[in-house]
Amino acid sequence: MMERDIVVIGSGPAGLCAAIEAAEAGAKVLLVDENAKPGGQLFKQIHKFFGSREHSAGVRGIDIGTLLLQKAEELDIEVWLNTEACGIFDQDKVWVVRDKSTSLTIHAKRIILATGANENVVNFPGWTLPGVMGAGAAQTMINIHRVLPGRKILMIGSGNVGVIVSYQLLQAGAQVKAVVEAAPQLGGYGVHTAKVRRAGVPFYTGHTVLEAHGTDHVESAVIVKLDAAWKPIAGTEFSVDVDTICIAAGLTPAVELAFGAGCRSVNSPVLGGLVPWHDESMRTSIPSIYIAGDVSGVEEASTAMEEGRMAGLSAAHSLGYLEASRYRSRFEAINHNLLALRSGMFGQKRRDAKEAIMAARKG
Amino acid sequence: MQRILDHPILGPLPEEEKVTIYVDGEPVEARKGEMIAAALMATGKPYFRKTVKRHEPRSIFCGIGRCTDCVMTVNGTPNVRTCVTAVEEGMVIETQMGFGDWGGKR
Amino acid sequence: MDNHNETEGRLKTTGAASLAELHATKEYILPDERMHHPVAVIECIEAIPCNPCETACPVHAITVGSEITNLPVIDIETCTGCGLCVAACPGLAIYLKQKNYTKDLSFIAFPFEYLPLPEAGQTINMVNRYGQVVCEGTVIKVVTIKRFNRTAIIHASYPVEQYEHVVNMQRLAID
Repeated sequence: MMERDIVVIGSGPAGLCAAIEAAEAGAKVLLVDENAKPGGQLFKQIHKFFGSREHSAGVRGIDIGTLLLQKAEELDIEVWLNTEACGIFDQDKVWVVRDKSTSLTIHAKRIILATGANENVVNFPGWTLPGVMGAGAAQTMINIHRVLPGRKILMIGSGNVGVIVSYQLLQAGAQVKAVVEAAPQLGGYGVHTAKVRRAGVPFYTGHTVLEAHGTDHVESAVIVKLDAAWKPIAGTEFSVDVDTICIAAGLTPAVELAFGAGCRSVNSPVLGGLVPWHDESMRTSIPSIYIAGDVSGVEEASTAMEEGRMAGLSAAHSLGYLEASRYRSRFEAINHNLLALRSGMFGQKRRDAKEAIMAARKG
Repeated sequence: MQRILDHPILGPLPEEEKVTIYVDGEPVEARKGEMIAAALMATGKPYFRKTVKRHEPRSIFCGIGRCTDCVMTVNGTPNVRTCVTAVEEGMVIETQMGFGDWGGKR
Repeated sequence: MDNHNETEGRLKTTGAASLAELHATKEYILPDERMHHPVAVIECIEAIPCNPCETACPVHAITVGSEITNLPVIDIETCTGCGLCVAACPGLAIYLKQKNYTKDLSFIAFPFEYLPLPEAGQTINMVNRYGQVVCEGTVIKVVTIKRFNRTAIIHASYPVEQYEHVVNMQRLAID
């Protein structure tokens, strides 16, 4: 059986950083991804990232992606694209299918799961109509494929994904007719909502979409005001002429491989639901399996990258690749970066949620 | 709907070799290497398939190969995820009705 | 009670901070007529982990400090109005302003990431924080240097009566 020190599953921001950190420590790393291109969702993040210099703040996500790929190439990291990880068994064997044709099993001394997350949906009559899509899908269409999914957009959800994608739809040349938010307050950073608002896009807090109309495709949407109990208020309905409805209702960690492998779960509503239990080093309840990025709790690309570094570092260290002092100092540096991203009015609750996961019984 | 020919951050759409695909029998020009769903969306195709029981239209939903809402019959094989399958010269793409025809390659 | 057409409202309901909200923070400092050159104005009133404005400033006029969720504080006496922070801010929350560019006109240099770009001399519609056109302005120049990393900085003049309200321009391609 083929053997590798570390197999990283998923080449998004977390997986790439995990592979790089582990390879820098000297581990023999194999990075697998089901897609034809590496980078996960990083290459559709065309905005400048927040954070400090250590987090590549001010650099656009797409450019961070290019730098990480260069780094992975310099380190000669083995990358298998078009490779689906189908399962993990005996805690250290990864079953993959390459190019939809070749099935093989790899003995991995350590496995790092960086499988990301899936977009949540909001159900309403008409939500299955063509033209209703995830906000991330619209972002993929405009920033990766360079095709507008529509001309007149309604955005559901005002978290950072909803407002960032709204802004990017405007940049791509679409009209954003409105951003609807069921909660009484907008969810995203004020600087993001402000740039969308000054572009003339109205925000409707305490509103939701009641239904979408259209025969073969979305032609309009009905918006309704919600009362304090989040129930629609009769008589407040109004229609908007749109051909696309984007849903930005959060993400759910893609935990299938982790739970299939037997990793213990912890419920973390703030971070997207059930996630694999993990400690500060990103190790799960199965000592040979580490996780990083959205699968460990939905945050942002910046945190995913730091978690990836942490998982890569710790997995390599557990195989004896780093001496204790070097491990300790790097661990502290990465942890410092993570804590900085998990501070402030938006970050603190994510920090609390992370600490709650780590404090839960390992089981 | 339309291709984004110029973009404030991404710049002009790079030149790309063209391939011809056949969508429900009609030739459609696509950019080499792009996903089928992108090529079809650029033409404004309203829906990609219809459901089994109620014949409702469907198109892309997740855009990254997760949800299978965008599946079509490609070169005779039904249920191909068009958002993660690249176009190829001469590819035959059909709007899929229900589960599609599993009768083998045509 | 729809909040979509309010001209004043709160950041967390209308998407844009009202002047009352901005004035309630000590970090929002609008230079008055005593300032004889443009200086940076920062509309960053939420504690988000971010400090590129501080690191971009060559004269150390902006302070965030070791806690990167601190709000940036500008020393307008030190600020030279170079504009590096305007392009560095990932939130596009900084612009340069001068109240009396001429007797009747104010000056603004704001970040702009849409196409098409305006040209020097062009008349543009100036918008407030809610996206409403409040007056016309004239483009002085459009700066698109490599260091700004694809964020254009538009320099424009506009009537002094709208000094505080104007924050950006209406996109040119709106259909």
